[in-house]
Amino acid sequence: MKNENLYKYILGIADNSLILGQRLGALTGHGPSLETDIACTNISLDLFGQVRSYYQYAAKIKGDDSTEDDIAFLRREREYLNVLLVEQPNTDFAYTIGRQFLFDVYHLLFLTELQKSHDVTLSAIAIKSIKEVSYHQRFSSDWIKRLGDGTEESRIKMQDAINGLWTYTDELFHQTDADKAVVEEKIGVDVTTLKDKYYDTVNAILTEATLDVPESKWFQKGGKKGIHTEHMGYLLSDLQYMQRTYPNMEW
Amino acid sequence: MSEEQIKDLEAQFEARIARDEKIEPKDWMPEKYRKTHIRQMSQHAHSEIIGMLPEGNWITRAPSLRRKVALLAKVQDEAGHGLYLYSACETLGVSRDELYEQLHTGKAKYSSIFNYPTVTWADMGAIGWLVDGAAIINQVPLCSTSYGPYARAMIRVCKEESFHQRQGFEIMMKLAQGTPEQKEMAQDALNRWWWPSLMMLGPTDAESVHTEQSMKWKLKRKSNDDLRQQFIDQTVPQADLIGLTIPDPDLKWNEERQSYDFGEIDWDEFWQVVKGHGPCNKERMNARVGAWNRGEWVRDAAMAYAEKQQKRKRTSLKKEVS
Repeated sequence: MKNENLYKYILGIADNSLILGQRLGALTGHGPSLETDIACTNISLDLFGQVRSYYQYAAKIKGDDSTEDDIAFLRREREYLNVLLVEQPNTDFAYTIGRQFLFDVYHLLFLTELQKSHDVTLSAIAIKSIKEVSYHQRFSSDWIKRLGDGTEESRIKMQDAINGLWTYTDELFHQTDADKAVVEEKIGVDVTTLKDKYYDTVNAILTEATLDVPESKWFQKGGKKGIHTEHMGYLLSDLQYMQRTYPNMEW
Repeated sequence: MSEEQIKDLEAQFEARIARDEKIEPKDWMPEKYRKTHIRQMSQHAHSEIIGMLPEGNWITRAPSLRRKVALLAKVQDEAGHGLYLYSACETLGVSRDELYEQLHTGKAKYSSIFNYPTVTWADMGAIGWLVDGAAIINQVPLCSTSYGPYARAMIRVCKEESFHQRQGFEIMMKLAQGTPEQKEMAQDALNRWWWPSLMMLGPTDAESVHTEQSMKWKLKRKSNDDLRQQFIDQTVPQADLIGLTIPDPDLKWNEERQSYDFGEIDWDEFWQVVKGHGPCNKERMNARVGAWNRGEWVRDAAMAYAEKQQKRKRTSLKKEVS
């Protein structure tokens, strides 16, 4: 492949949206209210829309006859490059919102920078996606506040989710070799520069929601190198079920 | 109000409907009209919400990104339909929580078709093509029903349903033109969904209890049997077009009637499912009630937060004034 770094870089971005979209999609019809159900499905739809743009571009870069679906459905677990945060299960609504919020704040900062990419396709996808992701962040932040500053029960559950998910936040700011190469070319975003702003924003909203900012400095990593949590295999079994059971067919 | 006055109001009311005028929420209406509308509209709303479950079952396993996005959008549309049908019900003085309570306790019904399992991807095609197809036949006449909020909701619902039906048919067509396994999957889905889809249009006219009054109020404009015939006549050529076989050995074109004759519907199965003993009645109800119960703390938190915010707003306003 001529531009393997760019290819991997795009997968790193797109896989986050794919896996998070997949998690949210599993909740459709099972939400705590009709309104939240519609909102979570809508976020899932936005993410899959973005995924398609990224994979279509990645397929073009790959240069063989791969399609967006080959990339989405036919890789092995070790080849998915999403961060561990997005693959965390739908434990309860607090975890769903916590995962969304911790990702959205990053995602918005990331896309804001990606708009300036010297790669016109990536820049165009970022410009299109940023409107959607601003809404995602507003939605998840509002729910962090409602659940944090709602009832005693909701505060405990929301705090528990934030504590549980916190260990996956640091990985958002790790760089792979491919990332570094693409940043050099002014195509990629240097995520290390987003870290302070990320924690400032997250901490401010958690504080407004009367939640404690976790103090733990022990963080998990691995997703960006394809080493996932034990949840990932099951998620992929669902995701890949049809393509694996009925290979080489059109749907 | 005297009996005579009520009779007078009723006569005026019926005359308005006969003139094709719309009845609006604040207008006077007979109690029976209100109750019948709450029953039918909420049943419709419940069907949309329960209907999300069999299709939701395939969102994580859709075979391509394009299909996944389309399925998500479709199920989201159904949630939207539920939302504005519940809102239309609320104009008649009943709350969404009360309606949920009726659904969750089994007091209210929903369309029985959603008590069948979705066992293969082709079921997504069959539901869109047949179930949404039958729903449209049921619902298009309701776009001109007498109750304004219901009629307006139905105009939007029907537009989206007709999109869903085309999408379902397209899934089936792709399968029917695909590999032998795909074609077999499509035929199998048609075999399983055909008869329940015919049942969806309701019991035969002889057994249908609400028809006459509903016709007068334009809640119903054609009988169940007429709607069923219309559905069959419309669907058989579509199956022919994509090379699938309708699973009815008695199906035959009747030149004289210019319609298809068809075989006996298994009404025992219909009543079994209606009475709660279909393959998935319990699963659907457990999923619904489970989601509602698991979400209680979330809804409570949202209420508590909103109250706190209100209080804060009042306090800051007071400070400003003083």
